[in-house]
Amino acid sequence: MLVEIENLRVQFPTATGMSEAVRNVSLTLGQEKLGIVGESGSGKSLTARSIMRLLPSNARITADRLQFDGIDLLTADEPALRRIRGRRAGLIMQDPKYSLNPVMTAGAQIAEAWRVHRGGSRKVAAQAAIDLLAQVQIRDPARVAGSYPHELSGGMGQRVMIAMMLAPDPELLIADEPTSALDASVQAEILRLIEDLVSRRGMGLLLISHDLPLVSHFCDRVAVMYAGRIVEELPAGELTRATHPYTRGLLECLPTLSHPQRRLKVMQRDPSWLI
Amino acid sequence: MADMIDVAALFVRFGSTQAVKGISFRVAPGENFGLVGESGSGKSTVLRALSGLNADWTGHMAIAGTPLTPRRSRDFYRRVQMVFQDPYGSLHPRQTVDRLLSEPLLVHRMDNIETRIRRGLAEVALPDSMRFRYPHQLSGGQRQRVAIARALMSEPDVVLLDEPTSALDVSVQAEVLNLLADLQQARRLTYVLVSHNLAVVGHLCQRIGVMQGGELVETLTAEDLRAGRVKHPHTAALRELSVELEEPEGAHDPGLASGR
Amino acid sequence: MSAFTTVLSRDWLLSETPASRAQAAWVRRYRGWLQFRANGLAMVGLATVAVMIVASLAAPLLAWQNPSAQDLAGRLAWPSAAHWFGTDELGRDIFSRILYGGRITLGMVVAVVALVAPIGLAVGSVAGYLGGIVDRVLMRVTDVFLAFPRLVLALAFVAALKPGITSAIIAIALTAWPPYARLARAETMTVRNTDFIAAVRLAGASAPRIILRHIVPLCLSSVIVRVTLDMSGIILTAAALGFLGMGAQPPMPEWGTMIAASRAYILEQWWVPTIPGVAIFAVSLAFNLLGDGMRDVLDPRQR
Repeated sequence: MLVEIENLRVQFPTATGMSEAVRNVSLTLGQEKLGIVGESGSGKSLTARSIMRLLPSNARITADRLQFDGIDLLTADEPALRRIRGRRAGLIMQDPKYSLNPVMTAGAQIAEAWRVHRGGSRKVAAQAAIDLLAQVQIRDPARVAGSYPHELSGGMGQRVMIAMMLAPDPELLIADEPTSALDASVQAEILRLIEDLVSRRGMGLLLISHDLPLVSHFCDRVAVMYAGRIVEELPAGELTRATHPYTRGLLECLPTLSHPQRRLKVMQRDPSWLI
Repeated sequence: MADMIDVAALFVRFGSTQAVKGISFRVAPGENFGLVGESGSGKSTVLRALSGLNADWTGHMAIAGTPLTPRRSRDFYRRVQMVFQDPYGSLHPRQTVDRLLSEPLLVHRMDNIETRIRRGLAEVALPDSMRFRYPHQLSGGQRQRVAIARALMSEPDVVLLDEPTSALDVSVQAEVLNLLADLQQARRLTYVLVSHNLAVVGHLCQRIGVMQGGELVETLTAEDLRAGRVKHPHTAALRELSVELEEPEGAHDPGLASGR
Repeated sequence: MSAFTTVLSRDWLLSETPASRAQAAWVRRYRGWLQFRANGLAMVGLATVAVMIVASLAAPLLAWQNPSAQDLAGRLAWPSAAHWFGTDELGRDIFSRILYGGRITLGMVVAVVALVAPIGLAVGSVAGYLGGIVDRVLMRVTDVFLAFPRLVLALAFVAALKPGITSAIIAIALTAWPPYARLARAETMTVRNTDFIAAVRLAGASAPRIILRHIVPLCLSSVIVRVTLDMSGIILTAAALGFLGMGAQPPMPEWGTMIAASRAYILEQWWVPTIPGVAIFAVSLAFNLLGDGMRDVLDPRQR
């Protein structure tokens, strides 16, 4: 197993004691594509970031088991974590505008990621950067390599981010809302690209999103989170057979073109979901 | 009946780029008109020119028969209001809900401020206890309700909606869309809704304009859009994608990702 | 009577659901005060400033010696029961000179701040919000003022006017406002294109209304911080002017002038220049602590 999580809890100190952001989450991930879906504040991002130990400094994290490829992440020291972060596990974030360095060309940033993790001369790294850009299906990789982030569209920026993450050839890719800042058509392209790369390279993928139907097209399994808990986990193809009222609610409250409704169904939140 | 909104041959430029290239549409009173397109298609630019935020336009625009000039009258700002995409960014961070809602009333020298604020909060289903909260103490959905209440304070005829639900969770989106539909019924409002989400536009609007590269490539009814009676390939592409991705995997096949 | 007690009750002041706008405002103030009170350093600052101001105002009651009475036989005396802080180079009682000097020094600081903050805010927010030619003209004027060393410019102003406290206040204010204008302009530029300002514009509000009611409150907290950091600088500029004979005129007991006049004795009779120095230091530090506390309270997002 690539990732094994058992009873993960993430807490934050507040004025009135500890608030629990993630409660008793258990999941495993092999060379497969797992989607984590939930609304803002459900703890989906925190769960994924726990694997990289990239949590806010005031977060308190406990778990019966939190392992990456057999390495205990709870006891691992900073150098050991650095060997995982970015090298064996890559993170793609929501908005490439904020995660790319505005004063470096796309090619230089990818080349730097390459050199940090694999060494080699500048020339080799620059060539590798262009290869990587070609792998993320950029038609004119040499031109994009020479462009600055502000000269790239949102979708193009996200491709550059993905290329950068692929440089060290990671085993796990965590994508945190990778497409919610993008247009629908670009969104589909990027997700298809990620899915394709992950399948071809035999990586594990953790795709975090608030859009349940969308995620189901690109994942093998989907875990639905609500208020810090996984309320339901099921194969992506069987979402229509979801039993938890929250999962059903997420599917039913979306307006659709194919099934017009006069009024949208509004989710009735049941306090018992919290227990 | 006379048109509530009439836009003809509207051009808007940003510096040297032509963001909107001569588009025309009309909206009847009480009608919902949707503008869809990808980012950069110019849909939001049309809305900002209409609202008076962008004065650098040429062409003809009229609200209820009155032609618009780059400089708008106070009465215009009373009759046409706007709701923005990001409900946190559109509320002043240092002002309470009460202050936010009273601002349009003070500007337009309206009476019964107390009653109007209470009624405004009730209309968007916010409890009175929210009245003296700051935006950061509210959830995303509550903030968007405040923004809607503020837009309605001056009793407008036209409300311009710029991606009003795209920053919200899907469950909250449903609540806000229902609220917008109810308010329109109750107040006989005319909406112009801009969104990249075809399903949202199709849900709320009777007629839809599809924009691409600053041009309005097709105007069609929501009925036709749902049934797939589209003429322009861009509309067809947007529709196909939306229909394919809105259903969960396994609900209907063959989807674009099936067989992989 | 009962209405009065409800108004003063803690519950009324801490209500989560205020019934009226007035109550909401009081709740806000009371919460702010509670938060301020929880900040120990800020309270130290507030207490120090309060003590200094009260002591200066009550100088005639607290200081039993005439601050200008000379006693050349007992000059440069070590602190004693008769002269708590000792005497200066002319045998004047330093304790009463500190108290009376507080009136002048603190008064100058307050007057300068009261002039500088509004001018800077006005110039900066108008330039930042309107942009274009207005911005260019106002900012070039600001640059002209910034181009000269502060003291030299102040000296020139006082020389052109008439040496004295009023001229010193005006001169310091004239040289101190440009950084505030820059600060206010930078803050304004970050908010002028936000949706919430667009929303106010769409409500039909006029430019003066937007600047005054929506933009200036956002610039206030950084201006307050800047003011508290500037306090000591203002005192020192006032002292420098006094030392050059352009500010407070002898025998007026102004703290800066007191240090300047006695600087020759710093090695042998070190307490003579040190005591006014400690006073300046204490006031500056207290204003800094106070300002930090106020900034935290003024920003509701941190609550």
